Amino acid sequence: MTDLTISIQDLSKKFGRYPALNGVSLDIAPGELLALLGPSGSGKTTLLRSIAGLEFPDQGKVLFDGEDVTFASAAARRVGFVFQQYALFAHMTVAKNIAFGLDVRKGADKPPKAAIEARVEELLKLVELDGLGKRFPSQLSGGQRQRVALSRALAVGPRVLLLDEPFGALDATVRKSLRKELRRIHDATGVTTIFVTHDQEEALELADRVAILNLGEIEQVGTPHEVYDSPASAFVCGFVGEANRFEGAVTKGRFTAGSITLAAKGVADGPASAFVRPHDLHPAKDGLAVKVSRIVLQGPLAKLDGHTADGRHVEAAFARDGVEGFNPGMTVKLAVQKAHIYPPT
Amino acid sequence: MSTQTPVRGHYASEDPLWVKVVVVTLVALFLTLLLILPLVTVFSEALKRGVGPALEALGTYDAVSAIKLTLTAAAIAVPLNAVFGVCAAWAIAKHEFPGKSILISLIDLPFSVSPVVAGLIYVLVFGAQGWFGEFLLEHDWRIIFALPGIVLATIFVTFPFVARELIPLMQAQGAAEEEAAVSMGAGGLTTFWRVTAPNIRLGLLYGVLLCNARAMGEFGAVSVVSGHIRGLTDTMPLHVEILYNEYDFVGAFAVAGLLCLLALLTLVAKTVLEMLHPGVKTRSAH
Repeated sequence: MTDLTISIQDLSKKFGRYPALNGVSLDIAPGELLALLGPSGSGKTTLLRSIAGLEFPDQGKVLFDGEDVTFASAAARRVGFVFQQYALFAHMTVAKNIAFGLDVRKGADKPPKAAIEARVEELLKLVELDGLGKRFPSQLSGGQRQRVALSRALAVGPRVLLLDEPFGALDATVRKSLRKELRRIHDATGVTTIFVTHDQEEALELADRVAILNLGEIEQVGTPHEVYDSPASAFVCGFVGEANRFEGAVTKGRFTAGSITLAAKGVADGPASAFVRPHDLHPAKDGLAVKVSRIVLQGPLAKLDGHTADGRHVEAAFARDGVEGFNPGMTVKLAVQKAHIYPPT
Repeated sequence: MSTQTPVRGHYASEDPLWVKVVVVTLVALFLTLLLILPLVTVFSEALKRGVGPALEALGTYDAVSAIKLTLTAAAIAVPLNAVFGVCAAWAIAKHEFPGKSILISLIDLPFSVSPVVAGLIYVLVFGAQGWFGEFLLEHDWRIIFALPGIVLATIFVTFPFVARELIPLMQAQGAAEEEAAVSMGAGGLTTFWRVTAPNIRLGLLYGVLLCNARAMGEFGAVSVVSGHIRGLTDTMPLHVEILYNEYDFVGAFAVAGLLCLLALLTLVAKTVLEMLHPGVKTRSAH
């Protein structure tokens, strides 16, 4: 169990002229599982590497339990880092890979051979790879390599576990099972864990809190529930979860975009964007008139594709009972249950 | 062309027979004329009067001293260039720094500069009339027309082989494994020996083999700095020329044959290496 508090204060980093991080501040609670979510180029990996000590910022501080480690080496910070392509040592067996961090210690710090072996066995069991210690990384599947990388990072007893796109190189089924695995391992070890992803589903499913980055800045930090239900910005709303986006204008608390009008309480007059999640649209007697172009049934859900009279594309998703009697070509009414309206940034 | 029948593409294997015959014959002729025939000539000329005279020619004081000098020069130049090559490749492939592209061009310089010019550079710098000439004379340090000059010229000419071999290899491998090692607490040297070195050892060996072949065979640059003092500063290639100019054909070809043997040995070593590790891609240095 670790109780490390990480505090990132006003971190900035430029690569040439291109700013990767622009004044990022973030606090990470002990034992937390945090996702850094953003599109490519948002600075999420740079932030993770700055926390790890693999990248050093131009400005700002990284504090571990109040201690300034901004320019300390990765080893001094005692972090466990899982690389995107795992970076396993190809010429070493799985067991040697996992033992590496303990094996390179010097003098009194180096545990006896038997202790290292016991630790390797324990970690192999934790990631459910018992008996594969003698294999080489090339003899393992992608998912198994990922587990080896994870246990190698955990071997040194890190104060924080950092993962860069941990599931990026895996196929969909393995991804899903490994997500659960990571959650289980996090809960079992209690180590503070930060992972980078561009997959919002992954972030929402796995993390305690999600930090959403865009263009080197943090747009919002919150629980999956918070960022999904109360997105702080148009970017977050569009990036987390699916949403219909309508460009229009607000006048006197009402948003209008062609035939669409929505309540926009507290939004200043002027041009604005409205986001409506597909599942916040459902059939009703009164509402948005949409001409159906396609209906797809997905398990318990019906997904509807259509257009408003002035040609705006609309997607809706609701319980499949609601779709009874709907046919492509007909015009239906959809009530808007909830909308997020943002002035332009 | 109708859309019903699949269009047949033009594959090399479908070329008419006469084209294949002509092309293969041309290549075979070319190889025979330019590669095999000269090689056979070297050995047949060397053994023209039997094995005895050839061995005798190799056993003369001058020949032995030339062989020794060549091996000594290679034994110094190759390890130095191996170390330099690894350092340069490491710096270029794993790190970002200003002036990187200039360094890459500099490494290629010996490939583009004529070896004779390379030799002249050293004469101009270290020769009696050169920049350091007076200083070196005062301290009785002999560089030109002595072993150090020959080694320097050899180093210059074989400079790029190891680095050129390793840079693309290390660039392809990236720095993630090193970063992983460092993040787990390994120091710089530990990381190099336990992570980087095992990953590059075959490429390094291949670069060293090429470097060695060139080091032993170098003529132009060494010719300028050597001074051709028989039994003292003559390397094997230079000795071949001297004997040839003196109409000692058996001697000249005997030494040349030995050089060829060394080169063939290098090729065999390279082939064995590739057979043992079929997955390892070795590139030519050029």
